[in-house]
Amino acid sequence: MMKTIAEINEKIRQGKAVVVNAEEVIDLVKEKGVKHAAQHVDVVTTGTFGPMCSSGIYFNTGHSKPRIKLGGGRVYLNDVLAYPGLAAVDVFFGANALPDDDPRNRVHPGDFNYGGGHVIEELVAGKDIRMTATAYGTDCYPRKRLETWLNIKDLNEAVLFNIRNAYQNYNVAVNLSDKTIYTYMGVLKPRLGNANYCSAGQLSPLLNDPHYRTIGIGTRIFLGGGIGYVAWQGTQHNPNVLRTEAGVPKRSAGTLAVIGDLKQMSPRWLVGASMYGYGVTLTVGVGVPIPILDEEILRSTAVTDEEIYGAVIDYSDAYPNQKPDIVGEVNYAQLKSGTVKLQGKKVPTSSLSSYSRAVEIAEVLKDWIKRGEFLLTEAVAPLPGVESGVAFKPLPERPLEI
Amino acid sequence: MAVSKRVVLHFPKRLVEQPVIYHLVKDYNLEFNILRASITAEPEEEGLLVLQLKGEQDEYDKGVKFLLKSGVKIQSLSQDVTRNEARCTHCGACVTICPPGAFELDLKTRQVRFNDEKCVACGLCIKTCPPRAMEVHF
Repeated sequence: MMKTIAEINEKIRQGKAVVVNAEEVIDLVKEKGVKHAAQHVDVVTTGTFGPMCSSGIYFNTGHSKPRIKLGGGRVYLNDVLAYPGLAAVDVFFGANALPDDDPRNRVHPGDFNYGGGHVIEELVAGKDIRMTATAYGTDCYPRKRLETWLNIKDLNEAVLFNIRNAYQNYNVAVNLSDKTIYTYMGVLKPRLGNANYCSAGQLSPLLNDPHYRTIGIGTRIFLGGGIGYVAWQGTQHNPNVLRTEAGVPKRSAGTLAVIGDLKQMSPRWLVGASMYGYGVTLTVGVGVPIPILDEEILRSTAVTDEEIYGAVIDYSDAYPNQKPDIVGEVNYAQLKSGTVKLQGKKVPTSSLSSYSRAVEIAEVLKDWIKRGEFLLTEAVAPLPGVESGVAFKPLPERPLEI
Repeated sequence: MAVSKRVVLHFPKRLVEQPVIYHLVKDYNLEFNILRASITAEPEEEGLLVLQLKGEQDEYDKGVKFLLKSGVKIQSLSQDVTRNEARCTHCGACVTICPPGAFELDLKTRQVRFNDEKCVACGLCIKTCPPRAMEVHF
């Protein structure tokens, strides 16, 4: 049995495509078997909704009169630092950016109540954003100061461009030390007080396509409530990690760089977040459709939480000091049960990514496809797989001579 | 009938030095457990006390009447610690942080339930919640 994306799209256009989400496909396979399910199902939808720090936007404000060259100057959005290293009125703005006067961790743990992720959420929500900019002035761009309200509807282009999202599996974070620590994996209580994880597991996009057979550059996706595309492999893409026999990564592996029109998106799926003692970020909703081209692809989408293992890492020592040690391995069914057993101790678990919202994303995407509004795409180029030899390297630090 | 309630008491300045709680115990036989106490700088309200009160219903009612008559403002705790449902994403970051376990992940819906009757108003969830959905209104 082999199907093509063109054939599946034809069924989508006719409203005849059979679409299920990555949770439903599990029961379907149990009930009918892989072979039958692969014939029956055309598309499996996935979803994930978690804090994704390497997220950001770029936009073009249009030119003021007289003109100003923001490039090389300084730009703030609601007092949060933006990046004006581009041409005159193009601005990049990252989810982790903070106001200059935020105390950070000067008194630890810092609150991080407001930053880039929150500004992005407000911009998407249609709220006016205060832009203040200074520039050095040139003959063709004489203006040196600009203070104005910005609204997303007035921007020429507003684009979400996240250079690393949708991690294929992720660390489970614990704290073996004697004091509470404040991390991007949440507040970790001492002596294995809790174990925090951050993956939708069986519903997560790249865990349903472990060898990147259908997800590639150009894949059309659900992004932040609108339509987006896979732009590239994400930074730190690391296909060559320990995998199960079925090929499912047991460590943080592949990642996606994604792009899409911010004007189509919604604050329900782009939520500013504060990580106590760590910083600000953006919680992003991503959903990827997987075309069922053959039985092997379907089998991969039927992966269950029991079959997905994550490495438990000590964030008080092993993580910050780049030590390879792990505390153990646990599967997502154990994590989602509320407690895991580590070093003989029952440890309660917390998730940082919302599984109920991930299901909702997979359902929205399913609905779009069923209604014929969302067609699948052939990848323009594949993501680097195991055979590529691509590996995520540490920094070869070379101290500057004094 | 015995009752057990969590209440927030706001004391005006003139009562801060009065043994109000002593009278709750002595005159109304109420058992109390202090969950939180502070002296605030608000001009109208100088003291705040979060208590768990246990006792007989009629004694409890009389005790509350006594508090109100003395000038203490009294409110149920569940009105003071609330979840902004529009902001909560049901991730679950709060679940392991809450000392009395007021947050519970529903294994079926994968949504987080907030049982405000278990809340002791410690405030640990406020900053732990990434979208900052938990609110204290003392």
